[in-house]
Amino acid sequence: MSEHIVSKKVYFVIFGALMLGTLLTVVAAKVDLDGLFHGANTVVALTIAVIKATLVVLYFMHVRYSTRLIWVVVVAGFFWLGILFVLTMSDYLSRDWWMRVTPVP
Amino acid sequence: MATSHAEATHHSALQHHFDNLEQQREAGSIGMWVFLVTEIMFFGGLFMAYLLYRYKFPGGFVAGSNHLDVVLGGINTVVLICSSLTMALAVYFAQTGSRRNQIIFLVLTMILGAAFLVIKGSEYAEKFRDHLFPSTGFRWEAALPAGTTVQNVQMFYWIYFAMTGLHALHMIIGLGCLAFLVYYAYRGRYTPEYHAPVELTGLYWHFVDIVWIFLFPLLYLLGRHLEAGH
Repeated sequence: MSEHIVSKKVYFVIFGALMLGTLLTVVAAKVDLDGLFHGANTVVALTIAVIKATLVVLYFMHVRYSTRLIWVVVVAGFFWLGILFVLTMSDYLSRDWWMRVTPVP
Repeated sequence: MATSHAEATHHSALQHHFDNLEQQREAGSIGMWVFLVTEIMFFGGLFMAYLLYRYKFPGGFVAGSNHLDVVLGGINTVVLICSSLTMALAVYFAQTGSRRNQIIFLVLTMILGAAFLVIKGSEYAEKFRDHLFPSTGFRWEAALPAGTTVQNVQMFYWIYFAMTGLHALHMIIGLGCLAFLVYYAYRGRYTPEYHAPVELTGLYWHFVDIVWIFLFPLLYLLGRHLEAGH
Protein backbone atom coordinates (compact mmCIF):
# COMPACT_ATOMS: atom_id res chain seq x y z
CA MET A 1 0.00 0.00 0.00
CA SER A 2 1.57 3.24 -1.07
CA GLU A 3 1.09 6.60 0.57
CA HIS A 4 -2.31 8.18 -0.07
CA ILE A 5 -2.07 11.83 -1.05
CA VAL A 6 -5.11 13.79 0.13
CA SER A 7 -6.17 16.32 -2.51
CA LYS A 8 -6.06 20.05 -1.84
CA LYS A 9 -9.81 20.21 -2.42
CA VAL A 10 -10.45 17.90 0.54
CA TYR A 11 -8.24 20.10 2.76
CA PHE A 12 -10.16 23.23 1.76
CA VAL A 13 -13.55 21.59 2.36
CA ILE A 14 -12.47 20.43 5.83
CA PHE A 15 -11.07 23.90 6.55
CA GLY A 16 -14.45 25.41 5.61
CA ALA A 17 -16.26 22.97 7.88
CA LEU A 18 -13.92 23.83 10.78
CA MET A 19 -14.51 27.56 10.28
CA LEU A 20 -18.27 27.00 10.15
CA GLY A 21 -18.07 24.94 13.35
CA THR A 22 -16.14 27.73 15.08
CA LEU A 23 -18.74 30.32 14.07
CA LEU A 24 -21.57 28.02 15.14
CA THR A 25 -20.05 27.31 18.56
CA VAL A 26 -19.60 31.04 19.30
CA VAL A 27 -23.16 31.88 18.23
CA ALA A 28 -24.66 28.91 20.12
CA ALA A 29 -22.78 29.85 23.29
CA LYS A 30 -24.57 33.22 23.51
CA VAL A 31 -28.06 31.74 23.16
CA ASP A 32 -29.67 30.49 26.35
CA LEU A 33 -30.52 26.86 25.63
CA ASP A 34 -31.30 25.98 29.25
CA GLY A 35 -34.98 26.05 28.25
CA LEU A 36 -34.47 22.78 26.37
CA PHE A 37 -32.81 21.04 29.31
CA HIS A 38 -30.30 22.07 31.94
CA GLY A 39 -26.78 22.04 30.49
CA ALA A 40 -27.89 22.05 26.84
CA ASN A 41 -25.27 24.74 26.03
CA THR A 42 -22.50 22.45 27.28
CA VAL A 43 -23.78 19.52 25.21
CA VAL A 44 -23.96 21.66 22.05
CA ALA A 45 -20.47 23.16 22.58
CA LEU A 46 -18.88 19.76 23.20
CA THR A 47 -20.69 18.09 20.30
CA ILE A 48 -19.35 20.74 17.90
CA ALA A 49 -15.84 20.38 19.38
CA VAL A 50 -15.91 16.58 18.99
CA ILE A 51 -17.07 16.87 15.36
CA LYS A 52 -14.28 19.40 14.61
CA ALA A 53 -11.66 17.21 16.29
CA THR A 54 -12.87 14.14 14.39
CA LEU A 55 -12.56 16.00 11.06
CA VAL A 56 -8.99 17.05 11.92
CA VAL A 57 -8.02 13.49 12.93
CA LEU A 58 -9.61 11.83 9.89
CA TYR A 59 -8.52 14.23 7.15
CA PHE A 60 -5.71 16.58 8.27
CA MET A 61 -4.02 13.74 10.15
CA HIS A 62 -4.83 11.23 7.36
CA VAL A 63 -6.23 8.59 9.71
CA ARG A 64 -9.07 7.87 7.30
CA TYR A 65 -6.49 6.69 4.76
CA SER A 66 -4.23 4.93 7.27
CA THR A 67 -3.78 1.26 8.10
CA ARG A 68 -5.88 -0.64 10.64
CA LEU A 69 -2.99 -0.62 13.10
CA ILE A 70 -3.04 3.19 13.26
CA TRP A 71 -6.82 3.11 13.72
CA VAL A 72 -6.35 0.81 16.71
CA VAL A 73 -3.75 3.11 18.30
CA VAL A 74 -5.94 6.22 17.84
CA VAL A 75 -9.16 4.60 19.07
CA ALA A 76 -7.37 3.04 22.06
CA GLY A 77 -5.98 6.47 23.01
CA PHE A 78 -9.40 8.13 23.14
CA PHE A 79 -10.95 5.07 24.79
CA TRP A 80 -8.44 5.30 27.64
CA LEU A 81 -9.17 9.01 27.97
CA GLY A 82 -12.82 8.02 28.42
CA ILE A 83 -11.82 5.57 31.16
CA LEU A 84 -9.95 8.40 32.91
CA PHE A 85 -13.04 10.62 32.93
CA VAL A 86 -15.72 8.02 33.68
CA LEU A 87 -13.96 6.13 36.46
CA THR A 88 -12.64 9.26 38.18
CA MET A 89 -16.01 11.02 38.10
CA SER A 90 -17.93 7.94 39.21
CA ASP A 91 -15.61 7.77 42.20
CA TYR A 92 -15.88 11.45 43.18
CA LEU A 93 -19.64 11.66 42.64
CA SER A 94 -20.28 8.65 44.86
CA ARG A 95 -18.28 10.07 47.77
CA ASP A 96 -20.46 12.00 50.16
CA TRP A 97 -17.61 13.88 51.85
CA TRP A 98 -16.41 15.43 48.62
CA MET A 99 -19.84 16.64 47.56
CA ARG A 100 -20.68 17.88 51.07
CA VAL A 101 -17.58 19.99 51.80
CA THR A 102 -18.51 23.63 51.26
CA PRO A 103 -15.86 26.27 50.67
CA VAL A 104 -14.88 28.56 53.54
CA PRO A 105 -16.91 31.79 53.20
CA MET B 1 5.44 -3.97 -5.57
CA ALA B 2 8.61 -5.81 -6.55
CA THR B 3 9.91 -2.92 -8.63
CA SER B 4 9.07 -0.27 -6.03
CA HIS B 5 10.81 -2.44 -3.44
CA ALA B 6 13.93 -2.62 -5.59
CA GLU B 7 13.91 1.15 -6.10
CA ALA B 8 13.25 1.82 -2.45
CA THR B 9 16.19 -0.24 -1.19
CA HIS B 10 18.51 2.06 -3.09
CA HIS B 11 17.13 5.23 -1.55
CA SER B 12 19.65 7.01 0.66
CA ALA B 13 17.03 7.83 3.34
CA LEU B 14 16.18 4.14 3.93
CA GLN B 15 17.48 2.86 7.27
CA HIS B 16 19.04 -0.58 7.05
CA HIS B 17 16.61 -2.19 9.52
CA PHE B 18 13.57 -1.56 7.29
CA ASP B 19 12.68 -3.62 4.22
CA ASN B 20 11.57 -0.60 2.22
CA LEU B 21 10.56 3.05 2.50
CA GLU B 22 6.89 2.11 2.79
CA GLN B 23 7.55 0.05 5.92
CA GLN B 24 9.79 2.79 7.33
CA ARG B 25 7.09 5.43 6.80
CA GLU B 26 4.41 3.25 8.39
CA ALA B 27 6.59 2.53 11.43
CA GLY B 28 7.27 6.26 11.84
CA SER B 29 3.55 7.10 11.74
CA ILE B 30 2.70 4.46 14.35
CA GLY B 31 5.51 5.70 16.58
CA MET B 32 4.25 9.28 16.29
CA TRP B 33 0.69 8.21 17.10
CA VAL B 34 1.84 6.30 20.17
CA PHE B 35 3.60 9.50 21.29
CA LEU B 36 0.42 11.50 20.62
CA VAL B 37 -1.58 9.03 22.74
CA THR B 38 0.75 9.81 25.66
CA GLU B 39 0.11 13.50 24.92
CA ILE B 40 -3.65 12.87 25.02
CA MET B 41 -3.14 11.38 28.50
CA PHE B 42 -0.89 14.31 29.51
CA PHE B 43 -3.55 16.89 28.62
CA GLY B 44 -6.23 14.43 29.79
CA GLY B 45 -5.18 14.89 33.40
CA LEU B 46 -5.76 18.64 33.10
CA PHE B 47 -9.11 18.14 31.35
CA MET B 48 -10.02 15.83 34.24
CA ALA B 49 -9.13 18.57 36.75
CA TYR B 50 -11.25 21.02 34.75
CA LEU B 51 -14.23 18.64 34.71
CA LEU B 52 -14.02 17.97 38.43
CA TYR B 53 -13.66 21.59 39.57
CA ARG B 54 -16.21 22.91 37.11
CA TYR B 55 -18.65 20.44 38.65
CA LYS B 56 -17.66 21.50 42.16
CA PHE B 57 -17.52 25.29 41.62
CA PRO B 58 -19.97 26.10 38.77
CA GLY B 59 -20.46 29.73 39.88
CA GLY B 60 -16.75 30.49 40.13
CA PHE B 61 -16.07 28.96 36.72
CA VAL B 62 -18.84 30.90 34.99
CA ALA B 63 -17.65 34.18 36.58
CA GLY B 64 -14.01 33.54 35.61
CA SER B 65 -14.88 32.29 32.14
CA ASN B 66 -17.11 35.25 31.29
CA HIS B 67 -14.27 37.58 32.24
CA LEU B 68 -12.01 36.17 29.49
CA ASP B 69 -11.85 37.99 26.15
CA VAL B 70 -13.99 35.86 23.81
CA VAL B 71 -12.98 37.97 20.77
CA LEU B 72 -9.26 37.30 21.25
CA GLY B 73 -10.00 33.63 22.00
CA GLY B 74 -12.10 33.37 18.84
CA ILE B 75 -9.46 35.07 16.69
CA ASN B 76 -6.88 32.64 18.05
CA THR B 77 -9.13 29.70 17.15
CA VAL B 78 -9.36 30.97 13.56
CA VAL B 79 -5.59 31.59 13.44
CA LEU B 80 -4.88 28.06 14.63
CA ILE B 81 -7.30 26.42 12.17
CA CYS B 82 -5.67 28.44 9.35
CA SER B 83 -2.27 27.23 10.53
CA SER B 84 -3.53 23.64 10.40
CA LEU B 85 -4.62 24.20 6.79
CA THR B 86 -1.22 25.64 5.82
CA MET B 87 0.51 22.74 7.61
CA ALA B 88 -1.65 20.20 5.74
CA LEU B 89 -0.75 21.97 2.47
CA ALA B 90 2.95 21.93 3.40
CA VAL B 91 2.66 18.14 3.76
CA TYR B 92 0.83 18.00 0.43
CA PHE B 93 3.62 19.89 -1.32
CA ALA B 94 6.24 17.68 0.32
CA GLN B 95 4.38 14.63 -1.00
CA THR B 96 4.12 16.09 -4.49
CA GLY B 97 7.70 17.31 -4.49
CA SER B 98 7.33 21.09 -4.71
CA ARG B 99 10.21 22.48 -2.68
CA ARG B 100 9.21 26.12 -3.17
CA ASN B 101 5.57 25.71 -2.10
CA GLN B 102 6.62 23.47 0.74
CA ILE B 103 8.84 26.22 2.17
CA ILE B 104 6.16 28.89 1.61
CA PHE B 105 3.54 26.93 3.52
CA LEU B 106 5.91 25.92 6.32
CA VAL B 107 6.80 29.59 6.81
CA LEU B 108 3.12 30.59 6.69
CA THR B 109 2.41 28.00 9.39
CA MET B 110 5.19 29.48 11.51
CA ILE B 111 3.84 33.01 11.06
CA LEU B 112 0.32 31.92 12.10
CA GLY B 113 1.72 29.97 15.06
CA ALA B 114 3.70 33.03 16.17
CA ALA B 115 0.59 35.23 15.76
CA PHE B 116 -1.29 32.86 18.06
CA LEU B 117 1.42 33.19 20.71
CA VAL B 118 1.49 36.99 20.44
CA ILE B 119 -2.29 37.20 20.96
CA LYS B 120 -2.08 34.70 23.82
CA GLY B 121 0.75 36.73 25.35
CA SER B 122 -1.31 39.93 25.21
CA GLU B 123 -4.13 38.11 27.01
CA TYR B 124 -1.71 36.88 29.66
CA ALA B 125 -0.31 40.41 30.13
CA GLU B 126 -3.82 41.73 30.69
CA LYS B 127 -4.56 39.01 33.26
CA PHE B 128 -1.31 39.73 35.15
CA ARG B 129 -2.09 43.45 35.12
CA ASP B 130 -5.55 42.78 36.59
CA HIS B 131 -4.10 40.52 39.32
CA LEU B 132 -5.88 37.48 37.96
CA PHE B 133 -2.83 35.21 37.99
CA PRO B 134 -3.52 32.66 40.75
CA SER B 135 -1.12 33.58 43.55
CA THR B 136 -1.17 35.41 46.87
CA GLY B 137 -1.80 38.62 44.93
CA PHE B 138 -4.99 37.30 43.29
CA ARG B 139 -7.72 39.91 43.32
CA TRP B 140 -11.34 39.68 42.17
CA GLU B 141 -13.47 42.80 42.41
CA ALA B 142 -16.46 41.90 40.26
CA ALA B 143 -19.70 40.57 41.77
CA LEU B 144 -19.99 36.85 42.45
CA PRO B 145 -23.10 34.68 42.49
CA ALA B 146 -24.38 33.51 45.88
CA GLY B 147 -22.38 30.64 47.37
CA THR B 148 -19.33 31.43 45.24
CA THR B 149 -16.03 32.56 46.74
CA VAL B 150 -12.98 34.29 45.29
CA GLN B 151 -11.11 31.00 45.81
CA ASN B 152 -13.52 29.31 43.40
CA VAL B 153 -12.71 31.88 40.71
CA GLN B 154 -9.02 31.51 41.49
CA MET B 155 -9.35 27.76 40.81
CA PHE B 156 -10.72 28.60 37.38
CA TYR B 157 -7.73 30.85 36.66
CA TRP B 158 -5.34 28.21 37.96
CA ILE B 159 -6.74 25.72 35.43
CA TYR B 160 -6.87 28.41 32.71
CA PHE B 161 -3.17 29.23 33.09
CA ALA B 162 -2.12 25.57 33.43
CA MET B 163 -4.00 24.40 30.34
CA THR B 164 -3.30 27.35 28.04
CA GLY B 165 0.29 27.50 29.32
CA LEU B 166 0.94 23.84 28.51
CA HIS B 167 -0.74 24.37 25.14
CA ALA B 168 1.44 27.43 24.44
CA LEU B 169 4.55 25.42 25.38
CA HIS B 170 3.54 22.84 22.77
CA MET B 171 3.14 25.62 20.21
CA ILE B 172 6.66 26.88 20.97
CA ILE B 173 8.08 23.36 20.54
CA GLY B 174 6.08 23.08 17.29
CA LEU B 175 7.61 26.33 16.02
CA GLY B 176 11.08 24.89 16.76
CA CYS B 177 10.26 21.75 14.75
CA LEU B 178 8.96 23.91 11.87
CA ALA B 179 12.15 25.98 11.83
CA PHE B 180 14.09 22.72 11.53
CA LEU B 181 11.84 21.65 8.62
CA VAL B 182 12.23 24.98 6.80
CA TYR B 183 16.02 24.65 6.99
CA TYR B 184 16.08 21.08 5.63
CA ALA B 185 13.36 21.79 3.05
CA TYR B 186 15.54 24.67 1.83
CA ARG B 187 18.45 22.24 1.56
CA GLY B 188 16.20 20.03 -0.58
CA ARG B 189 16.18 17.06 1.77
CA TYR B 190 12.51 16.14 1.41
CA THR B 191 11.31 14.30 -1.67
CA PRO B 192 8.07 12.51 -2.61
CA GLU B 193 9.81 9.29 -1.48
CA TYR B 194 11.11 10.63 1.83
CA HIS B 195 9.39 13.39 3.83
CA ALA B 196 8.57 11.67 7.11
CA PRO B 197 9.69 14.64 9.29
CA VAL B 198 7.20 16.93 7.50
CA GLU B 199 4.39 14.38 7.81
CA LEU B 200 5.10 13.67 11.51
CA THR B 201 5.47 17.34 12.49
CA GLY B 202 2.13 17.83 10.74
CA LEU B 203 0.55 15.20 13.01
CA TYR B 204 1.96 16.99 16.07
CA TRP B 205 0.77 20.40 14.86
CA HIS B 206 -2.77 19.14 14.19
CA PHE B 207 -2.83 17.50 17.62
CA VAL B 208 -2.03 20.84 19.27
CA ASP B 209 -4.82 22.36 17.17
CA ILE B 210 -7.26 19.72 18.49
CA VAL B 211 -6.35 20.58 22.09
CA TRP B 212 -7.26 24.21 21.39
CA ILE B 213 -10.52 23.16 19.66
CA PHE B 214 -11.56 21.83 23.09
CA LEU B 215 -9.94 24.57 25.21
CA PHE B 216 -11.74 27.40 23.42
CA PRO B 217 -15.33 26.36 24.24
CA LEU B 218 -14.44 24.98 27.67
CA LEU B 219 -12.52 28.03 28.90
CA TYR B 220 -14.07 30.93 26.95
CA LEU B 221 -17.61 29.96 25.99
CA LEU B 222 -19.36 27.79 28.57
CA GLY B 223 -21.54 30.00 30.75
CA ARG B 224 -21.72 32.87 28.24
CA HIS B 225 -25.50 32.45 28.01
CA LEU B 226 -25.74 33.37 31.71
CA GLU B 227 -24.07 36.76 31.19
CA ALA B 228 -25.97 39.83 32.36
CA GLY B 229 -28.28 41.23 29.71
CA HIS B 230 -29.30 37.84 28.37
